[in-house]
Amino acid sequence: MFSEWKFTAKDIAEKADLFMSGHRACAGCAAATVMRLVLKAVRGPIIATSATGCMEVVSSIYPYTSWATPWIHTAFENVAANASGIEAALKILKKKGRIKQQRIDVIAFAGDGGTYDIGIQALSGAVERGHDFLYVLYDNEAYMNTGIQRSGGTPHGASTTTSPAGTVIPGKVQYKKPIADIMVAHDMPYVATASPHYWRDLITKARKGIEVDGPAFLHTFAPCPRGWRSDPSKSIEISRIAVETCIFPLWEAINGEYQLSAPSKVIALRPERKKPVREYLKMQGRFRHLFTPKFEKIIDEIQQLTDKRWQRLLKKCGIV
Amino acid sequence: MTVQEKSWKEIPPAGICWKPSTEYLTGDWKTYKPIMDSEKCTRCTLCVIFCPDGAIHWNPGKEDIEFDYDFCKGCGICANECPTKAIEMKLE
Amino acid sequence: MESVAKQKLLALNGDEAVAYAAKQSDVDVAAAYPVTPQTIIVERFSEYVANGEVDTEFVCVESEHSAMTACITASATGARTFTATAAPGLALMHEMLYVASGCRAPVVMTVVNRALSAPINIHCDHSDSMSERDSGWIQIYAENSQEAYDSMIQAFRIAENPEILLPVMVCLDGFTLSHALENVHVLSDDIAKKFVGTRQFPRVTAHEGKDASFRLDPENPISIGPIAFPNYYFEIKRQQEEAMKNAPKIIQQVHEEYAQISGRHYGNGLLDAYCLEDAEIAIICLGSTAGTVKTVVNELRAEGVKAGLLRIRSFRPLPVEGIVKALEKVRAVAVMDRSLSFGGHGGPVFHEVHHALYDTPVHPYIVNYIYGLGGRDTSPSHIRKIYEDLQGILQTQRVEDPVRYVRLRG
Repeated sequence: MFSEWKFTAKDIAEKADLFMSGHRACAGCAAATVMRLVLKAVRGPIIATSATGCMEVVSSIYPYTSWATPWIHTAFENVAANASGIEAALKILKKKGRIKQQRIDVIAFAGDGGTYDIGIQALSGAVERGHDFLYVLYDNEAYMNTGIQRSGGTPHGASTTTSPAGTVIPGKVQYKKPIADIMVAHDMPYVATASPHYWRDLITKARKGIEVDGPAFLHTFAPCPRGWRSDPSKSIEISRIAVETCIFPLWEAINGEYQLSAPSKVIALRPERKKPVREYLKMQGRFRHLFTPKFEKIIDEIQQLTDKRWQRLLKKCGIV
Repeated sequence: MTVQEKSWKEIPPAGICWKPSTEYLTGDWKTYKPIMDSEKCTRCTLCVIFCPDGAIHWNPGKEDIEFDYDFCKGCGICANECPTKAIEMKLE
Repeated sequence: MESVAKQKLLALNGDEAVAYAAKQSDVDVAAAYPVTPQTIIVERFSEYVANGEVDTEFVCVESEHSAMTACITASATGARTFTATAAPGLALMHEMLYVASGCRAPVVMTVVNRALSAPINIHCDHSDSMSERDSGWIQIYAENSQEAYDSMIQAFRIAENPEILLPVMVCLDGFTLSHALENVHVLSDDIAKKFVGTRQFPRVTAHEGKDASFRLDPENPISIGPIAFPNYYFEIKRQQEEAMKNAPKIIQQVHEEYAQISGRHYGNGLLDAYCLEDAEIAIICLGSTAGTVKTVVNELRAEGVKAGLLRIRSFRPLPVEGIVKALEKVRAVAVMDRSLSFGGHGGPVFHEVHHALYDTPVHPYIVNYIYGLGGRDTSPSHIRKIYEDLQGILQTQRVEDPVRYVRLRG
């Protein structure tokens, strides 16, 4: 099903960026690292497409573009439909002999707003139709581009501009939607989660998503210093601690079969290595209000929810 | 940093971009600048991999790390992630 | 040249005629969603796909928003694209219609005109396409199914012309045309295909400084759909307007070239005048209503009344000079609008015609008739009444109430 692509750090370091320097992402933006790394995984020519959002805006401020590959953006809620159109065109144009390349892969990028919320219809439709493309969700857990408004991907307790921590309400009341599980429920060939700290795992999964026939969904974790009120230098570190606390476990589901990826498997086998969520939360200003007597119980709730979801995942992976 | 602004007759149709962002230097955003201690560096290239801005290059000819201060925004991820603490962020 | 006699004569309803034209146009990608009264188009087209009669990738999307989106990106990738919709679907596409024209994607879309909700109504009026008149799409309104077929074949040539590169909407009246059987002359597949040709791409200079084909091609990457700030957005919109200004000439050329192979003319391709040369009173309308009006004009002419008709075929771009010229000698004009522009002074066609006539030295009297909303029938007797009103206006030399309603209970 997958090629035996092996690579070293230097192979990746040497490979030219398809997401070029001079983009205007904030300093310390992990989503920009995700973009670079995913695009290092390509096996040949690609056409990329983006939903409206941070990575779209920062990479295409007219007349500049950061895309060293053909790229199109149309709107916010429809990147999976963008990919559908591109893929359908490539298929027929190739059949009619109107394009030279043997194979062109299609990669779609969207943030959490463009995926969990406004884009889920187009995504669900494109996956049901079985278009051959990789969908990359860079999840920075709120509408960062418009000024940190909560989305379906914002976690419980996080303070955003539309779920502010007030004197009565402790940030976002609802829970983060399990988007990757929703995608697995589409019975699609490949779904995976990835975190940029585990760059090798991320690139490998992106490559698998590109190689697999049919739709693939890659949920990447993308700390946002601006929206998370975190130290820009800590973005990659936070992406590690999210995995170590099981806030964001790493796994893949190939044809619906879940399996833990190495960084999370280590924790499953050695549960004492699982860090308390407090360590993750304390690095981010968006959770600052939870460290007050009034809202402290929310931390316990987050811990319980994290444990519950982790246990559920272990069961899916056949680890009891 | 600014470009000569063109008339509607001179630009390509459909809002096709006509400049690569590599002509837009983001290096002046930074307050702190990464400085590498060449002796501590093991050339593991993790900094090259993690840099959000593609502002650290691996030069295979020289077998060395090169910082591209034209694009470095000074976030400090490279210093934070360096396994041997070979990078220090210094006030510009 | 192929004469009319050599063409096949098929009994087709309007939707089938459109699907037949799409079948003959070497469409690469069709993306559509079913909506009444357009559904027959996607059904027929799906059959062509299922039977291997077309070499088209048919994307049966989950919404009209995605239909238009997929057409835009497929078009950007280099495909000839086609879709069809009607009122609620067109309204859902609204956002993407502007993106299609802004990205200069030559998508061809059939709009089977239907009333907009609420209340929900599946029957014909023009509120759907009139709501999109400023979306940067060329709009052609067909009088009958034959014209719908012919216009579809022409539409690809117009849209893809490098001087235009704009999406084209071919509009036909819901049910009146879409579901009514008509004898339609169709070209042979070969002649149609040859007429439509293969899509050509203009050259652009991409960001890497290379000469690139205007399509998403990994060999010469281009970026389409960026964010443009106030320093450039305006310029990009102005280019679209220039394309619209180029369009009338191309629409006429394509129409003329098509007439050569089909033997069919629709006026000059932009405007279709009937008994207008010496007319004192005239009706202006769009779409299938023109057929009813012609019947009444014939009757009136037999009675010695100098009545005429001007049918606007191309509403976008609007042939302003042509309208002014066509109405030069007319003394009283009734503009028929099959949609309302709530709170405006009359309907959109009235706005446009009124506006076009403002700068002429001698204005005819002009009056607006809102008619047929939600599929209400307009029969020859109602049209006759409008001509009688115009005669009355000429007698009294004044227009009492400029915006009137046809067949509305008082």
